[in-house]
Amino acid sequence: MMQKSTQLEKKVLSLRLRGFRELGIIVFIIVISVLIGIRNPRFLTWSNFHDILIDTAALSVLSVGMMLVLVTGGIDLSMESVLALTGMVAGMMVKQNPQLSPFFMLILGLLLGGLLGSITGLIVAQGRVVPIIATLSMMYIYRGITFIISGGKWINAYEMPDSFKAIATGRWLGLSKLIYIVLAVYLVFYYFVNHTHTGREIYAVGSNKEAARIIGINTQFITWLVYAISGALSGLAGVMWVARYASAQNDTASGFVMTIVAACVLGGVSITGGVGTISGILLGSITVGIINNALPMIRVSPFWKMALQGLIILVAAIVNIAIARNMEKSQLKRRVV
Amino acid sequence: MKRQNSLSDRRANITFKWEWLLVILIIGISIVNGRLSSHFWSYTGIMDALSVFLEKGFMVLPMALVLIIGDIDISVASIVALSSVLMAMSYKAGLSMVVAILVALATGAGCGYFNGLLISRIPGLSAIIVTLAGSSIYRGIAYILLGDQAIGGFPSWYSYLAWGYIGGTHIPFIIVMFVGCAIVYGLLLHRTAWGRKVYAMGINPVAARFSGVPVAKIKQIIFTLNGLMAGVAAVFLTSKLGSSRPNIATGYELEVIAIAVLGGVSPSGGKGGILGVCLSLILMRLLRYGMGLINVPGQVMMVIIGIVLVGVVMLPNIFGARRGRKRRLKEAQ
Repeated sequence: MMQKSTQLEKKVLSLRLRGFRELGIIVFIIVISVLIGIRNPRFLTWSNFHDILIDTAALSVLSVGMMLVLVTGGIDLSMESVLALTGMVAGMMVKQNPQLSPFFMLILGLLLGGLLGSITGLIVAQGRVVPIIATLSMMYIYRGITFIISGGKWINAYEMPDSFKAIATGRWLGLSKLIYIVLAVYLVFYYFVNHTHTGREIYAVGSNKEAARIIGINTQFITWLVYAISGALSGLAGVMWVARYASAQNDTASGFVMTIVAACVLGGVSITGGVGTISGILLGSITVGIINNALPMIRVSPFWKMALQGLIILVAAIVNIAIARNMEKSQLKRRVV
Repeated sequence: MKRQNSLSDRRANITFKWEWLLVILIIGISIVNGRLSSHFWSYTGIMDALSVFLEKGFMVLPMALVLIIGDIDISVASIVALSSVLMAMSYKAGLSMVVAILVALATGAGCGYFNGLLISRIPGLSAIIVTLAGSSIYRGIAYILLGDQAIGGFPSWYSYLAWGYIGGTHIPFIIVMFVGCAIVYGLLLHRTAWGRKVYAMGINPVAARFSGVPVAKIKQIIFTLNGLMAGVAAVFLTSKLGSSRPNIATGYELEVIAIAVLGGVSPSGGKGGILGVCLSLILMRLLRYGMGLINVPGQVMMVIIGIVLVGVVMLPNIFGARRGRKRRLKEAQ
């Protein structure tokens, strides 16, 4: 009985803290938007807001994949290269066969990305290579393969059929189709992460791998799965990205992994594993999207973006740790009383 | 007790075998290189082949220490860029080249100190996230300072650092510098109590802390050293290129880690030594030399280096697991 009530208290407390955290991000978004809006009124228009959402679409899809990997205690640096490789393959395919349907291309992106991701997953899960080393290598390997298959050339806007570019430019009920793709991904993964056995097992593996193994969770499969999912989502994002910017290049999204990690950490995902919510990373992605959109608007040179993103990652990671420690402390106090 | 003995025996055995394997590979690749180019098998040919891109060697030595304590530093390439840019800017601002070089070293050490401070003082903040953020911050600062410009026009003696030979002989200056550094690191790691503590931290950090090893302090020192040596690499790299830009040394972190791991340093900590790292540096250099001879583009080289890195870490794990299972089976019977 006693046990039960403390557990309930713990749950309420963690919920309240999580709510507090997400409220904090929302307040931060509002404050920063108003401040930028004062400097440049164009920022607070509906069309700019819509632009931010479109620009953030690929990022928010990618952060779902990165979150799942981070929750297991790993990290996937290869996402940006999977994105580039899939985007390049998609670009080359629509160049050759303009009649291919956009829907088919999106599915193809998912499958190809999933294949690339599952290779990484095998290396981490079966080969037992430390995630950072495995994914750092795969990042350069996939980037190199992109270069090899394209022969160093770009796919330009005029080489892509309009139907393919319509993935990004097409509207439905006044909103870009990209936004519906993001919504679909978030709904699917909200259900997957919170309401399926496999989804919960991901958190179990991240919180305590050994315990998860002992209670019968196939930790190797879960580890493989998160990398396969993050690859699949990177592939999907690759097709979205190429359609959005209407060009496929060898250095597409080079360095973008920093942005993804920033969005995740800002959204409250713990680097040490076990912690992360779908709603959190959605807010994190939007915040990063707003910052990236606002920098040129308040005439900050684009060269600031890189350093700023690094700083965001660092500060957000430290804040996450402080929150987690506070939570533990208050739990400890309750236990003593 | 018995188990401990067999464990240390096995480790000695593996490092012994590993370094001989590297030597055999070096000989094999040299033979292939010799067939590809008639200039390879000459004293000057080998010396030049080894001295080009040796600046990575300066980064590999402390990276081995970082990996041995079970951490990782992926910000080194960005530290090189920032050190190089600050050195070039301070020279352009009117400081003498010697002072500018000191600026580069101080920048490197400063960045490394900052990494180490965060990693060792804030528990729960892993080296991965700090150096990932660091790699964005340091190169980002370099971009803020210099944009997409380049700074060149250094004094002529400065190019001696990367291209010059020791007076009268045909021994490149950079090789002498590297061998000096390698000996210092080798002695530090293998012949001092401090070095034993480094291994202790890598094998079991908790046990090391409870037996009085100043874990935080050693971590701090190792990350500072790593930054400092990135500064040294920046000095030599800029000397070789003749100019500085914010995008130099891109991708160095992969290669530096790959060389260390290929040299027998385990990324999960506690294993490896300076001799293996130096051999693997030579091996990687000769491999790159050979690939250069047959016109392999840089991007493809990165693919090959990535595959080598993953393969070197993965194969012993797979075979080791199989061997372990067999041994356990035998014990059970």
